[in-house]
Amino acid sequence: MAVTVAARTNALPGQNAGNGRRGPALVPTAVLVIGAAYCIVPALWIVIAASKTPAQLFSSATYSPSLGPGIVTNVRDLSSYDGGVFWHWMLNSLLYASVGGILATAVSAAAGYAIAKYEFRGRKMIFNAILAGVLLPQQIVLAIPQYLLLSKIGLVDNYLGVILPQLFNPYGIYLCRIYAMGSIPDSLLEAGRIDGASEFRLFWSVGLRLMRSGLVTTFLLQFVVVWNNFLLPFVMLTSDDKFPLTVGLYSMLRHGADEASLYSLVITGTLLAVVPVIALFLSLQRYWRIDLVSGALK
Amino acid sequence: MTTLSPVARRRHSRHLLPYGLVLPAVVLFLLFVVAPGIYALILSFESRKVTGGLLGSTTTVMFAGLDNYVGALSDGGFWASLGRMLVVGIVTVGCTVGLALLFALLLDTPRARLTRFARLSIFLPYAVPGVIATLLWGFLYLPATSPIGGRVINYFGVTEVYFTVANVAIWGSVGFNMIVMYTALRSLPPEIYEAARLDGASDLQIAVRVKVPLLRPAIAMCCLFTVLAALQLFNEPNTLRPLSNAISSDWVPLMKIYTDAFVNADISSAAATSTLITVAALVVSLVAARMVQGQVGRAGKGDD
Repeated sequence: MAVTVAARTNALPGQNAGNGRRGPALVPTAVLVIGAAYCIVPALWIVIAASKTPAQLFSSATYSPSLGPGIVTNVRDLSSYDGGVFWHWMLNSLLYASVGGILATAVSAAAGYAIAKYEFRGRKMIFNAILAGVLLPQQIVLAIPQYLLLSKIGLVDNYLGVILPQLFNPYGIYLCRIYAMGSIPDSLLEAGRIDGASEFRLFWSVGLRLMRSGLVTTFLLQFVVVWNNFLLPFVMLTSDDKFPLTVGLYSMLRHGADEASLYSLVITGTLLAVVPVIALFLSLQRYWRIDLVSGALK
Repeated sequence: MTTLSPVARRRHSRHLLPYGLVLPAVVLFLLFVVAPGIYALILSFESRKVTGGLLGSTTTVMFAGLDNYVGALSDGGFWASLGRMLVVGIVTVGCTVGLALLFALLLDTPRARLTRFARLSIFLPYAVPGVIATLLWGFLYLPATSPIGGRVINYFGVTEVYFTVANVAIWGSVGFNMIVMYTALRSLPPEIYEAARLDGASDLQIAVRVKVPLLRPAIAMCCLFTVLAALQLFNEPNTLRPLSNAISSDWVPLMKIYTDAFVNADISSAAATSTLITVAALVVSLVAARMVQGQVGRAGKGDD
């Protein structure tokens, strides 16, 4: 992954010397628009479908939105489904993803900073273990034994059973190491040492501050991973008031597979489940850049 | 500690702080990766017999040697699930990496327009959970609600179902891989195109002859990520299952493991199957990682 920090002088494509006078490249633009449509249209359709009453969903033209009170009715019906369990799921997802995201980011930031900025025994081994963690498909082998082990200490069907196994995030540590290497100059740490700052203080007030946009990115990535996780909570949880949205909506669809009236509710729930993540990405826009997800620094 | 001079104390903390900082990660790694991994291995060599009747039953655990592995390998369902995973995986990896490369190159084309819009739009599905994405596509496929011709095309047909499942995975992952490759492209110094441009090469020729070879490490990295995701295929087929009976409860290996463990309460075979898949996955990722070696090696050395 690009550790390359080489600066590119002309930052914008389209500013290349000599090409400025010709018109826009039509074919590349058209293909990009098709790609964008492929990614957006399903999301748009769900917005339209959620605006329809169950009856309209199966009768009206698929792409025409309903201007009636469909969406309001759907949200109200969804809210009263099974005693309001949907909002429980929403809160659970927020809890799992924000607590898990913050703690995993803290763990990753500490480990990444230590690996990037210190020589210590076992450093190489730990880094290799983390790389192996990135490469190993953890879900396959781990979800079920994790369940069995946690059932022995009574953490099954418990919030902790979902949060704890997701705090170790090898990709997050890998990224934090790159951010620490790229954004904290050793000279600054040395200067701090000469001024008598403790090592912890250097980490806390110099390291973490300079890594900020990287940490926001790590948090966002981990938030999405936890928000999107299905298998672990699916295995760990049995009571539906602890489900996150993914497991909740899945169980709703499974119960209502032959009950078409539930479709509108699942569609509305699907739409509502996407909103928080997109809102989070947009609201933190100031603090992170899309390029950082691949570990690039510029 | 109180007897140490400030300088010695500082040196001391310099020695201790890195250990303190990596400690949480190491403890979590041991508890939630190493311990369950070893436990799965132990389980795969055991067999459990439940005896007793209505008034309480006892479970006897016996050493089973390789029985569970023999059982898993001679199970036709296992090979069938592996085959289905392979078909979906090949389609997914090929299309995801291919499309991501195409979009990354187009974004980097000098006179392409709407690039910011396209970049964000194509990245958008990344924020949609796999299960939610599958529900969303599920309604697009379902004849009763389909806006994309589900009444005419049977998206859950014998052949179509592979593409149906693959499409959901592709939709969700193109954006991330596109960003990885686009970032790699943007970090290349623009001077390297100048020579080609002076020789009269078109943008297309520069993309194919100059950019693609330079992107090889990033492409390998994306292949690795998508191969790993394909090996863990679970959410998409499992979520489509209530919508169609074309998908069985052991459609892909991970679904089979889940069904063995939780529906058939046969933990030992589930553990054996997961160990087999993990070994296979490890071989695949090591081969893929060799392709990425240049990159990982560079990242691994870095500041040594």
